[in-house]
Amino acid sequence: MYQYIIKRVLLTIPTLFGAAALVFLLMRLIPGDICLVRLGGGGASFDPKALIACHAEIGVDRPVIVQFLEFIWGLCRFDFGTSMWSGKPVATEILARLPISLEIALLATTVAVSIAIPLGAISALKQNTWIDVFVRIFAIGGIATPSFWLGIVSVLLVLDVTGWATGTPWMPPIDYVPIWKDPIRNLSMAILPAITVGYRYAAVSMRMTRSAMLEVMREDYIRTARAKGLINKIIINRHALKNALLPVVTLIGIEFAFLIGGLVVTEQVFNLNGVGRLFVQAVQNQDYTLTQALVMLTVAIFVFTNLVVDLLYGWLDPRIRFA
Amino acid sequence: MSATVIDDAPLPQRSFWQSTLRFCRRQPLGTFGLILVIVMAVTGFTAEWISPYNPTANDFAAMTEAPSWDHLLGTDQFGRDLMSRIIYGARTALIVGLTSAVVGGFSGLVIGVASAYFGGLTDLIIQRVSDIVMAFPLIIMALAVVSIFGPGVHNVILAITIPLIPRCSRVVRSSALTIRSMPYVDAARACGFGHTRIILRHMVPNVVAPFLIMVTSFVGQAILAEASLSYLGLGVQEPVPAWGLMLQGGAEEYASTAPWIAIFPGVAIMLAVLGINLFGDALRDALDPKLRER
Repeated sequence: MYQYIIKRVLLTIPTLFGAAALVFLLMRLIPGDICLVRLGGGGASFDPKALIACHAEIGVDRPVIVQFLEFIWGLCRFDFGTSMWSGKPVATEILARLPISLEIALLATTVAVSIAIPLGAISALKQNTWIDVFVRIFAIGGIATPSFWLGIVSVLLVLDVTGWATGTPWMPPIDYVPIWKDPIRNLSMAILPAITVGYRYAAVSMRMTRSAMLEVMREDYIRTARAKGLINKIIINRHALKNALLPVVTLIGIEFAFLIGGLVVTEQVFNLNGVGRLFVQAVQNQDYTLTQALVMLTVAIFVFTNLVVDLLYGWLDPRIRFA
Repeated sequence: MSATVIDDAPLPQRSFWQSTLRFCRRQPLGTFGLILVIVMAVTGFTAEWISPYNPTANDFAAMTEAPSWDHLLGTDQFGRDLMSRIIYGARTALIVGLTSAVVGGFSGLVIGVASAYFGGLTDLIIQRVSDIVMAFPLIIMALAVVSIFGPGVHNVILAITIPLIPRCSRVVRSSALTIRSMPYVDAARACGFGHTRIILRHMVPNVVAPFLIMVTSFVGQAILAEASLSYLGLGVQEPVPAWGLMLQGGAEEYASTAPWIAIFPGVAIMLAVLGINLFGDALRDALDPKLRER
């Protein structure tokens, strides 16, 4: 097991390194000179000295390989440079926005998974009943609904319903308060974004649980368990669900990446000052240092989630470890 | 004797229409999806003739009008007819969705089959590069590409195509690996055929089933990604009518007074992706019964 863990952890290094190289390469593909764009914004004339100074400031006057090594060394020390737009360190910018995004991501995952697994399992056990039909429609809808549209419509619904019920339309608060200071205010802000971004998550996991469960229930060992007179509850919990959840665990890891992508759009809808919004602003402002740091951050999260999923998988299914 | 046996059991040869009819009878949900896709394709391609108004013409006398007989789906904050904009938006979604899915799919197909066919170092390098590209979530990769090349229809297509390539090549590679060990590939090599011929004539046709299923789901993903990018203001730009773009800005601002601006474009996206997904699921069941979700 330890060998497996060490091997798996070491395998993430080349991926992260490659991703860093790709990000570095992508950012060097930008057509034209960043400094020219910054200085000659309105087509105005500028001082050639300013151009040289700007090149020196960003560091593009040095050999590419030096720039690359410096970029990698910076990543190793969590030093992402300064934002080209605000002039503040990139790490400060990101850290200030991280809590809200993290909270929504975790809330969405928790809600989605805790709905998806029981419903998916029930739908498989009661195949072709009304609950199965409902779950399937819910799941198909979740994959087709754009999360930002769901966000707009849910805000609209909340506005209309509260306006109709109490006379004054209620809007979720938009400034972030940590959950330990004011849990009600914090949750009333995070819950709608978490639901809209988590709907797809729930839908996909539900589909997976259902099909995995259907498959497992046809296995020989389930028949054996029945034949030896085990009660249904034990058959389902201990024999069926445990095996059916294996592919679901993998999927939850993969879908976490979608969730991050979904956050980028959802934060825009709810006007939340999270990392996703920062990303969009960085792209809009052509703030390349911030963009490359954020891309690296998402890739790191993705690689790390996959690592956790793989280790979990190895723990859940001993066959994987020895393969 | 054996010849008679073969004559007694001819392989079922169905015409295109017969198999289509069979598909419709066996897959009612898939047929519903197919109908949605056809409706979308027809409206997209015939937008000039069927849309009641010019999708980019402002009419300041009819701003944020509720749905009526004049404007079936109402008008937006500039008085533009929503119905016409949704019809033209279908064209934009189709162009972006189909182009990125087909280009990304075919590039992935060739790379995946080549990776499996050559094996060894080539395979290793291609797989590691795919690993790296796949570590970027689709929308994040698309955002990074847009940040470099700027917004606009062509760049959006590029931004969505690139992340789709390794996703396709991965699936194709695993099917191609089984085909590579088939005797007929060895036979082709023994006949002295070139790599290109073996890959294109002998291997590619045999991985078409998973490939088609993949490309169908790509179209839906691409449409959703395009809508998200356009909604963020980083995709298709005004005045080109696009569903995601229609939800941007005005839609939220006027959401409580003119909800139709926010609702209808979203319904269009949802129906389009729903149709493609239902059709894709049914196609999977029809093409490859082993993959069927019971």
